Amino acid sequence: MSVWTARIVKAVSLAMVLAVSPASGPVGASEIGDAKTGARLFQVCKACHRVGKDARNSVGPHLNGVFGRVAGSVEAFRYSEGLIRAGADGLIWTADSLDAYLENPKSLVSRTRMNFIGMPSAEDRSHVIAYLRAFSDKPSDIPEAEPTSTATDHAVDPAILAIVGDPDYGEYLSGECLTCHQKSGSDSGIPAITGWPREDFVVAMHAYKTEIRPHPVMRMIAGRLSDEEIAGLAAYFESLE
Amino acid sequence: MSLSRRSILKGAAATAALTTAPMIMGASHGKPKVVVVGGGAGGATVARYLAKDSKGALDVTLIEPTRTYFSCFFSNLYLGGFRSLESLGHTYGTLASEYGINVVHDWAVGVDRDKKTVSLAGGAALPYDRLVLSPGIDFVDGSVPGWDVTKQNHMPHAYKAGSQTELLKAQVEAMRPGGVFAMVAPPNPYRCPPGPYERVSMVAHMLKEKNPKAKILIFDPKKKFSKQGLFQAGWENSYPGMVDWLDAEFTGALEEVRPESMELVVGGEVTKADVVNVIPAMKAGRIAEQAAITNDKGWAPVVPATLQSREDENIHVLGDSAHQGDMPKSGFSANSQAKVAANAIRGALTGSKVFPAKFSNTCWSLIGTNNGVKVGAAYEATAEKIAKTSGFISQNGEDAALRKQTYEESIGWYAGISKDMFG
Ligand SMILES: Cc1cc2nc3c(=O)[nH]c(=O)nc-3n(C[C@H](O)[C@H](O)[C@H](O)COP(=O)(O)OP(=O)(O)OC[C@H]3O[C@@H](n4cnc5c(N)ncnc54)[C@H](O)[C@@H]3O)c2cc1C
Ligand code: HEC
Ligand code: HEC
Repeated sequence: MSVWTARIVKAVSLAMVLAVSPASGPVGASEIGDAKTGARLFQVCKACHRVGKDARNSVGPHLNGVFGRVAGSVEAFRYSEGLIRAGADGLIWTADSLDAYLENPKSLVSRTRMNFIGMPSAEDRSHVIAYLRAFSDKPSDIPEAEPTSTATDHAVDPAILAIVGDPDYGEYLSGECLTCHQKSGSDSGIPAITGWPREDFVVAMHAYKTEIRPHPVMRMIAGRLSDEEIAGLAAYFESLE
Repeated sequence: MSLSRRSILKGAAATAALTTAPMIMGASHGKPKVVVVGGGAGGATVARYLAKDSKGALDVTLIEPTRTYFSCFFSNLYLGGFRSLESLGHTYGTLASEYGINVVHDWAVGVDRDKKTVSLAGGAALPYDRLVLSPGIDFVDGSVPGWDVTKQNHMPHAYKAGSQTELLKAQVEAMRPGGVFAMVAPPNPYRCPPGPYERVSMVAHMLKEKNPKAKILIFDPKKKFSKQGLFQAGWENSYPGMVDWLDAEFTGALEEVRPESMELVVGGEVTKADVVNVIPAMKAGRIAEQAAITNDKGWAPVVPATLQSREDENIHVLGDSAHQGDMPKSGFSANSQAKVAANAIRGALTGSKVFPAKFSNTCWSLIGTNNGVKVGAAYEATAEKIAKTSGFISQNGEDAALRKQTYEESIGWYAGISKDMFG
């Protein structure tokens, strides 16, 4: 497993923990990081984002008031269709969704234009999120958590990615997908899903299954696929050019 | 393109000339034979998946009278001016040339279930090991008193796409200023539950621009209809005061239509209209009846997991004609069922692995420019029926960006399903 892949597994398994056990208290992304450290880490974002007094849009949108904001909704900023789509579908920036986006922008938002590889360390992310929180109107959206618990406590579940999918089963299951997604990889209004590295594919599908990604059709479709079935689909679609 | 009488006649002549040739080939093979009747959403898909996945192990014949299939799906968008008619037309060339399917342009007119043959209008009888019927719908005679198919030029149904849709559009365009468009809506069950109401939206869209004082009346035998809240809010917002939905409880029953004088008699009162769109009650395509596999309501009951007829295990029924449970009669459903059936048929005839059945459906409707809504669900096969397991529906009050996105998605879907049917 590449470093990059390992990173995503974490995002997924974390997301699953959050989705499955809402009652078990704040975990992972919900932790409060240290805003001062966050300010330092924000340097990497500064290449593209401004925050604070008089912040304006630059390469990316300004990040004032980002908490509780609908994704893709800063006026006069030209977002990608993917982010607008996600916002239209109900993606709202919270500690959890920011955490998933910063870890791997493309696994949360289909075809986002944010050309940022992602921030692998959950701790770093929690600091940046704490920093951004200071510039938001609604800081109450971040649940306070025990400062002692650390995001890295959450065991990575490589099991999901380790599943070797059966491409034949995947091919059969793909029939359902090809009513909307084109086998040729063209996009006439629904994104192409062919030729993806299978890990990306699995991550995206689990993001729908665990309802981190907002789209209702895909949530329904992914929601009833087992981990094995997702693996089979990933294997099959990876093989298509 | 215009579906002129001439092009239809030309098509018919060509059909007659072609009916016998490919079939002889079919009969000379030793491979298991599947004959598919109807090259629409269910039939084209099942033929393509059978041919593609069996990699030559099956002999697949598709019987379809028309050379160009005009999809009903998106035909309302043509009425509204959002699509051309050409863009809804699909031909069978790729299925024949790339998938090796014997495409026979003829009508199936009879099924001999003992001999396992299908007879064609052209006179031939095709043998099958498995027969798939996906003939769409036919209308129930007498369901709208005063109307039968000989009246369809006065009062079009436009519920099979093509020249009927073209006629209806021309009639709406020719309406006098402030005229009345009346729709006779069908009783349940019928193909495309939101279809009549999407049509009303598209007619309203057209009238709003060209004939803003015109009125639309819907005479409906049902007390409620698909996506009702979404449609009614949409009409209120986009076409205020134009659309009146009148259910039979309120008006009294529709007693008769009078195509010669363009009148409708409802609850004892006579209403005159400029355009009358009659959508009669429906039943399975006639060939299902001829095969004697329909129930007393005119639909063909099927086994959920395989779409086999409850009457005959060698016949599978897909799409609108099938009586299967919770799935709406839609192109999406027919396409979904086709893949399950293809898997089952291939398993039975070639011994390939059979995977569990999974079905889904999403129906998009366009209310006005960039105002798309959708409803969808997932289904599983139980012993008794195809049963809904989960679903979703668009909500009132969604913002414009989401409605636009939903519309754009539907365009993506149309492109996707067209490829999935015709290659
Ligand atoms: C106005 C309207 C809008 C719609 N919108 C949508 C939509 O947005 N989304 C959606 O999913 N569905 C929609 N539908 C529904 C969809 O069109 C049908 O549910 C779908 O086409 C059903 O597929 P089918 O295979 O059962 O029948 P069809 O697609 O109708 O195919 C049947 C074929 O069989 C052929 N045939 C019939 N009898 C014989 C015979 N004896 N021998 C040989 N061939 C024969 C016919 O020529 C026809 O080509 C809409 C329908 C209408 C009317
Ligand atoms: C290379 C430039 C770049 C870098 C570096 C970058 N971003 Fe972005 N960011 C963008 C762009 C461009 C968008 C708009 C994306 C789109 O439209 O899909 C964006 C969008 C966002 C959004 C969504 C805003 C909204 O209004 O919906 C957030 C939140 C965000 N970035 C946070 C960050 C943070 C935090 C960092 C640093 C860890 C960062 N970004 C690094 C370019 C960048
Ligand atoms: C009813 C139409 C429909 C069907 C069927 C469907 N999808 Fe999707 N899919 C969509 C739409 C619309 C999107 C874009 C959603 C979004 O913006 O998040 C999407 C997005 C995706 C994505 C993310 C693409 C990206 O660029 O990030 C993947 C992966 C995916 N689908 C896989 C599948 C698989 C696998 C199946 C079959 C099991 C399937 N889909 C069936 C409509 C569909």
